[in-house]
Amino acid sequence: MKILVAVKRVVDYNVKVYPKADGSGVEIANVKMSMNPFDEIAVEEAVRQKELGKATEIVVASIGVSQCQEVLRAALAMGADRAILVETDAAPEPLVVAKLLKALVEREQPNLVILGKQAIDDDCNQTGQMLAALLGWGQGAFASKLTLGEQEIEVIREIDGGLETVALKLPAVITADLRLNEPRYVKLPNIMKAKKKPLATLNPGDLGVVLATQLTTLKVAEPPKREAGIKVADAAELVAKLRNDVKVI
Amino acid sequence: MTNLLVIAEHDHATLKAATLNTVTAARNIGGEIHLLVAGNHCAGAATASAKIPGIAKVLQVDADHYARHLAEDLAVLIAGLAKDYSHVLAPATTFGKNLMPRVAALLDVTQLSDIVGVENADTFVRPIYAGSMLATVRCSAPVTVITVRGTAFAAAASEGGAAPIETVPAAPPLGVTRFVGQELTTSERPELTAARIVVSGGRGMGSGEGFKLLEDIADKIGAAVGASRAAVDAGFVPNDYQIGQTGKIVAPELYIAVGISGAIQHLAGMKDSKIIVAINKDEEAPIFQIADYGLVGDLFKVLPELSAELDKLPPA
Ligand SMILES: Cc1cc2nc3c(=O)[nH]c(=O)nc-3n(C[C@H](O)[C@H](O)[C@H](O)COP(=O)(O)OP(=O)(O)OC[C@H]3O[C@@H](n4cnc5c(N)ncnc54)[C@H](O)[C@@H]3O)c2cc1C
Ligand SMILES: Nc1ncnc2c1ncn2[C@@H]1O[C@H](COP(=O)(O)O)[C@@H](O)[C@H]1O
Repeated sequence: MKILVAVKRVVDYNVKVYPKADGSGVEIANVKMSMNPFDEIAVEEAVRQKELGKATEIVVASIGVSQCQEVLRAALAMGADRAILVETDAAPEPLVVAKLLKALVEREQPNLVILGKQAIDDDCNQTGQMLAALLGWGQGAFASKLTLGEQEIEVIREIDGGLETVALKLPAVITADLRLNEPRYVKLPNIMKAKKKPLATLNPGDLGVVLATQLTTLKVAEPPKREAGIKVADAAELVAKLRNDVKVI
Repeated sequence: MTNLLVIAEHDHATLKAATLNTVTAARNIGGEIHLLVAGNHCAGAATASAKIPGIAKVLQVDADHYARHLAEDLAVLIAGLAKDYSHVLAPATTFGKNLMPRVAALLDVTQLSDIVGVENADTFVRPIYAGSMLATVRCSAPVTVITVRGTAFAAAASEGGAAPIETVPAAPPLGVTRFVGQELTTSERPELTAARIVVSGGRGMGSGEGFKLLEDIADKIGAAVGASRAAVDAGFVPNDYQIGQTGKIVAPELYIAVGISGAIQHLAGMKDSKIIVAINKDEEAPIFQIADYGLVGDLFKVLPELSAELDKLPPA
């Protein structure tokens, strides 16, 4: 069983970002970049399936600038076997990413594809569902537990009211939610080993995908700031304010 | 002429509240609005949909394979219908987020997630980077597929309309996914995303037992109970309590954050609340920077006091 995992390079979740001065986008020059946190969970899950003896090979793929190699190496250090970079300077929309991943799926023929549920830069939460649609496969979106069988995968999904369990025919697409697992801490020897693992680079053209865009960003701005209010001394003062001043209780 | 299709979220018998906010977003775009109610024996939800004022038509589809709202099957149906529409909208709930990207991909169009503003029929505002920024984006797709953040649009009225209900045939099942089971959290309290008041606990609550203090307060003021990710991860409360970038988005009249530090990923889910109260023992906690009322203190002392003060309060 082969698993393909998609990892995106994004601004580290601890970094506060700002709009560019002209409002044309987000200022990301010289900002710390990392693997999208949900994708770390996706890689971890694939590695655990391999450790359980259910998966035999893990291929990780990233689409973006050449520095995406760093997140691919990080995934290799976690335990992935091989990496593919689809190199482009464009920041493709989820539909285009899904088309590129579909082309990789056709080359690699994995039994399972795991993505993060959401990239924390665009907050789109789309790519996995789109990939599943393009392939005509089942989708286990927002997964918090996987049970991988021979023909089927059982997925517990996080939904608004609680949890839902579905069984998907393999091959299938999964998107990882936060509680699927806790990614491991990578040890130095594994980082060294990862440097020797294969990393192939392709162009979107090699995959026959045109980088069309349907969205134009007209403006990026910070939302109106909330001002800090006042401190109250105790519960009695708080209740009085809420009752008499703002009348919410 | 713009024709808009709103995908109703429902439990077959009744409509989910988020559908009404989505209708308002559709109205802001302008045009003739149709509502799709796809399920199994969903006449109840279709009847409720027909009563929303300003809906031109309700499309009702009943089939066994829509009983569990599986995205795989619904997407085929909606993509088939979408050709007659300029816009297709659904709430940005886990239902809509699961479904709409699948619909968009079948139509070979991009999708707009979680819109919070409508500039015109092809330009929308949506949060990025955990809501720390708002992007205004123009969409050139032949069909604009959208999920709508409920807190950003007022709920449409649920009574007064009398739209015709048309029955539409089901699409064939895709047959790749099987529903196995569901485990829903039951609560007497209001639903988080619709509550007028939300009381939320974080890692500072210390345990599930600690949350009992919050629940006591919540019941006295008719509030829903929410949580930070840290509280959910620690197992104090179920996952569907989580508020934030990757949990639920709420914007109640009053939000009380207790033992929550105020990480940006948490703020993403609650900073549009009207009044924010923070109770935290660390006066440097970032949550105080956005709180209208801050109370510095140990929650295990403050919450019982708050409870006693609420008991003293004469009825409003
Ligand atoms: C990709 C990603 C997505 C995330 N999504 C979300 C999300 O959707 N929602 C979310 O909430 N988080 C999310 N997070 C996590 C977020 O970054 C924070 O880690 C989390 O919000 C912290 O929760 P907390 O405030 O409860 O805990 P902490 O940061 O540990 O804060 C606990 C607070 O409790 C106070 N406290 C402790 N004891 C007491 C006491 N006795 N009395 C009074 N105060 C006390 C402390 O002073 C402290 O301020 C996400 C993180 C990542 C990386
Ligand atoms: N450029 C990319 N390269 C690799 N994977 C990506 C890329 N963009 C999105 N993904 C995958 O799709 C998931 C969801 O992204 P999004 O739909 O943009 O929120 C991410 O968590 C990744 O697993």
